[in-house]
Amino acid sequence: MAELLQFVFSGLTVGAIYALVALGFTLIYKASDIINFAQGEFVMLGGMTTVFVTLAGVSLPLAALIAIIVTTAIGLALHRFAIEPARGASPVALIMITIGASIFLRGVAQIIFDRRFHSLPSLFGGDPIKFGGAAILPQSLVVLASAMVIVTLLWLFIDRTLLGKAVIATAANRLAARLIGVDTRRIVDFSFAVSAAIGAIAGVLITPIALTSYDVGTLLALKGFAAAMLGGIGSALGAVVGGLLIGLFEAFAAGYLSSNYKDAVAFLIILVVLVSIPQGLFGRAKIERV
Amino acid sequence: MLSIENVKSAYGRIEVLHGVTLYVGVGEIVTLIGANGAGKTTLMRAISGVQPITDGSIRFKSVPIEQQPAHARVASGISQVPEGRQVFEPLSVKDNLKLGAWRRRDGDLEQDLARVCALFPMLEAIWEMPAGALSGGQQQMLAIGRALMAKPQLLLLDEPSMGLAPNLVDHVLSVIRALKNDSLTILLVEQNARAALSIADRAYVMETGKVTLSGAAAEIQADHRVREAYLGI
Ligand SMILES: Nc1ncnc2c1ncn2[C@@H]1O[C@H](COP(=O)(O)OP(=O)(O)OP(=O)(O)O)[C@@H](O)[C@H]1O
Ligand SMILES: [Mg+2]
Repeated sequence: MAELLQFVFSGLTVGAIYALVALGFTLIYKASDIINFAQGEFVMLGGMTTVFVTLAGVSLPLAALIAIIVTTAIGLALHRFAIEPARGASPVALIMITIGASIFLRGVAQIIFDRRFHSLPSLFGGDPIKFGGAAILPQSLVVLASAMVIVTLLWLFIDRTLLGKAVIATAANRLAARLIGVDTRRIVDFSFAVSAAIGAIAGVLITPIALTSYDVGTLLALKGFAAAMLGGIGSALGAVVGGLLIGLFEAFAAGYLSSNYKDAVAFLIILVVLVSIPQGLFGRAKIERV
Repeated sequence: MLSIENVKSAYGRIEVLHGVTLYVGVGEIVTLIGANGAGKTTLMRAISGVQPITDGSIRFKSVPIEQQPAHARVASGISQVPEGRQVFEPLSVKDNLKLGAWRRRDGDLEQDLARVCALFPMLEAIWEMPAGALSGGQQQMLAIGRALMAKPQLLLLDEPSMGLAPNLVDHVLSVIRALKNDSLTILLVEQNARAALSIADRAYVMETGKVTLSGAAAEIQADHRVREAYLGI
């Protein structure tokens, strides 16, 4: 029982991170139909930049803020200078560009930072809290609470502001959005910026628990993508639920089978979803307009 | 108000507008009629800036706008009710209307919302419903209301009567007349030539990417070719 609880906690913690990555995928996909495979690099940049800025003597909160701002700027630049000039290209070509950007960012990180693993101190110390026989890291609670706050803020933004509604409008019907005067390019800019910021926050949050290095983005993107697929690509609720489920599956696979199988879970889920429920748990079958 | 000269436009390598010329004067209702695939929608989209043109010029209030992005054209006073309504299905009626005013920076949305409600009283009962759940007629009213929320000077209407029950067609026609009396300039594309000619000042007939006939609405209505091809007489 204690063991189960332990797995559930660690599963939910990484799951919350996958959920944030998946939300990043979702936001960009909704606004532009692009699957941004550089989403994992945003997470890496958030963690790595924080690490290196703190090494330069800056306090952790300020370093985290700098990292989030830098990553947001990179997300915006990715859209402005790599995606936008290729507008009109097929979705596949645009996805290739994001894969290229992901490789590029990894390469640059390797040069600017280094190839070693790094960690960050956790906000409330490293002593685990005992709960029902399980040991919970305080940082896990920080991750879960922060993820909840981000999801809530995002929901409030989308549901309560006119800009949020313009994002929905653009996602729902780009032609009509342009006809009422929405500058849809700006909306996509905005979605890249917000996705990058969310990714960076996820990177800052997870680094005290899981180590970071220049290449952690690849696996995180894969898992976030699996989460988005499982939830139904384009569904924000699906992204959150999908992320948490994948985290839980992983924790159970690692705990009850072997930690070697942990990373295979995401692949397996992508396959199963593709074959049996391509629209995901919360997605709607895509209706092609004629 | 709007002056289009020799406009050409293509989808990929296939040209579908082969040099269209037409103008719409201030306060006029001009109708553009023509068979399926003539290129009416393509022209409307070109005017709004969501369809690129390969040649020609489009002037609005004497300013060339063919280089302007779509959102700038909305800001300068061109609003379109697109073919097939194109409402924002996940959003409520209210939000669809509010978004119609997206480009406006002057306040007082409430007054404009009230004005749209006065034109289309049926919208009030479904105020919070998602637009995707509305009937075709309700969606058409919403699409017109949304376009009006931008406070346009030129309203482009692309087949507003398509798929509507006859009483709703009449309602839409009366609204268009009322808008004209409110000194709005209107370019109306219609398959329903009879209805369009009944309210228009002037008309253009378009066939396969070219204007083949133009004149006062009454003249066009009397033209024997039009009577055969579009009025079924
Ligand atoms: N997205 C598109 N891609 C390629 N060809 C298109 C596209 N849209 C329209 N066409 C073609 O362009 C031509 C003009 O189409 P358009 O929709 O402008 O005609 P229309 O006069 O509005 O017709 P309708 O009365 O059916 O609405 C047609 O031959 C059509 O097949
Ligand atoms: Mg048409």
